[in-house]
Amino acid sequence: MTLFEILRFAGKGLTANKMRSALTILGVLIGVAAVILLVAVGNGASVSVQNSLNSLGTNTLTISPSRGGTGVPSRPLTQADATALTDRNIAPDVGSVTPVVTSTAAATYNGTSIDIGQVIGTRPNYFTITNSPLSAGAAFTDADVADARKVIVIGATVAQDAFPGADPIGRQLLINNIPFTVQGVLASKGSSGLQNADDTVVAPLSTVQYALTGPGNLSQLVVQAASADVIDSAQAQVTAVLGQRHGSTDFRVLNQQQLLTARTQTVDVFTVLLASVAAISLVVGGIGITNIMLVTVTERTREIGIRKAVGATRGAVLGQFLAEATLLSMIGGLLGVLIGIGGSRFTIAGVSPVIDWNAVLLAFGVSVLIGLFFGSYPANRAARLRPIEALRHE
Amino acid sequence: MTPVIDIAGVRKTYGHGDTEVHALAGVDLAIDQGEYVAIMGHSGSGKSTMLNILGCLDIPTSGSYHLDGIDVGGLNENQLSLVRNHKIGFVFQSFNLIPRTSALSNVELPMVYSGVPRKERLARARAALDLVGLSNRADHAPNELSGGQQQRVAVARALVNSPSMVLADEPTGNLDSHSTEEVLGILDRLHADGRTVVVITHEDHVAAHAQRVIRLVDGVIVEDRRAA
Repeated sequence: MTLFEILRFAGKGLTANKMRSALTILGVLIGVAAVILLVAVGNGASVSVQNSLNSLGTNTLTISPSRGGTGVPSRPLTQADATALTDRNIAPDVGSVTPVVTSTAAATYNGTSIDIGQVIGTRPNYFTITNSPLSAGAAFTDADVADARKVIVIGATVAQDAFPGADPIGRQLLINNIPFTVQGVLASKGSSGLQNADDTVVAPLSTVQYALTGPGNLSQLVVQAASADVIDSAQAQVTAVLGQRHGSTDFRVLNQQQLLTARTQTVDVFTVLLASVAAISLVVGGIGITNIMLVTVTERTREIGIRKAVGATRGAVLGQFLAEATLLSMIGGLLGVLIGIGGSRFTIAGVSPVIDWNAVLLAFGVSVLIGLFFGSYPANRAARLRPIEALRHE
Repeated sequence: MTPVIDIAGVRKTYGHGDTEVHALAGVDLAIDQGEYVAIMGHSGSGKSTMLNILGCLDIPTSGSYHLDGIDVGGLNENQLSLVRNHKIGFVFQSFNLIPRTSALSNVELPMVYSGVPRKERLARARAALDLVGLSNRADHAPNELSGGQQQRVAVARALVNSPSMVLADEPTGNLDSHSTEEVLGILDRLHADGRTVVVITHEDHVAAHAQRVIRLVDGVIVEDRRAA
């Protein structure tokens, strides 16, 4: 008995009850498509987090005061701290430093109020350190900072909200009722999932301090390492210099690379969760195969008896029913792959899925194995039927 | 000449202890090549058990059974399948064709399991259908055929692998008188062509076609009569 004959018998068995076969195939199809699609979504989320964090610059350190601690009140970060870090002799691996104050503020334009996520006061080197190019206009200059001019660079989301369809350059935006002139627009960085990097306004440090936060303390120092390779030694030098100046470690140094790893890990956990849910549905599809094959074997007991009477061996009957189960799961798997890949072309929950070809291969392979595994019990049952009893079965 | 069927001291016992039933209680029987034998008996006489053992569907509790010189008693399940495939052609009371499958494919079936190449298989299946007068019904599924036609397809399937014997179990039990005559006529022709035919029946007019009638009562042969 050739493989072709086995497949022919199996195909005949499946087409005998088309509705039932189609529904069983659907079970496997949903499982395989879910694995491919959900892994692709998780993957896409991971890629987008990576992209948005990479766009913030991976060789930067963010220093912020730490709250609480050992009872010693933490000393605020000051401009003097920033200047100290630029000393090549004590911190040779620090490339450049920019001070940052952050604030929230209400803005209005033409009487319409606009929510702004974050108002950032800083120096012009902020744009290069944080890898924030402008899509239009120009950044403010050191002269603007020195004179505390009321000029701003706005994020893409703010530009969209405040000046829909219009060129924002040169227009005036009221922030806390103080008119600011829009001088540039940041290129979009996209959302990193937790925070919208485009929902910001960047203004000269002095201006923000005078107009919004009051003079004095800084919210953060952003440090760029001389290169990505020396980020760890730069971090050590920053910690040492500030620790010495403050007398204790009353600040936190956040490494962008660590942030990237942490966020990617979070997303990976979600990917694993999604994949497990999908895998469960694949197993449920497999149980569907067992179920239907058991029904089929019972229904066709007499046919099995006839086949055995005319000379089918145990192996021939086993092969026929295993082939039926595997055909079901393989067709389901193939259709599932097609639908999974097709579905990955759409944006799902704000994420553009990225297909993981390993997951595709794995899902298809597992679906075929599921046919063999979940089909083997019913097929064995068919093969073990005794011809006398099977022939007598009504 | 060795007989096709050589049974010696065959017993078949079901259950044990108090519920023990001797379906066959020591049967000796030899059937020669080309004989047309009817095995008769009422229900409970051991007829069905005789069919199962002759057809290699079951093995005796004790005693020996040689089919075409092969000791069937020592064979495992797969070897029994092969023996059924090559040596025995079954015809059942309820036809037992595979549903939703054309007459031609049904006749082909034994040859699929014995690995005959497709081309030869088709030619032999068509020839067998021709022999039972159904070559014009080759593509019909069983539910599109009358009872008599279905039984003729079953006969074609039984003889297509050139078995040592055609074993028919109440072949006319589900047929009207016209179809009965047709099917018995075909069995007569097989006998005339020199094939060994064993019919299990309880009907005298069926047994009348055979040249040798064996009567079973309570698991033993009580009569073995040859027609003149």
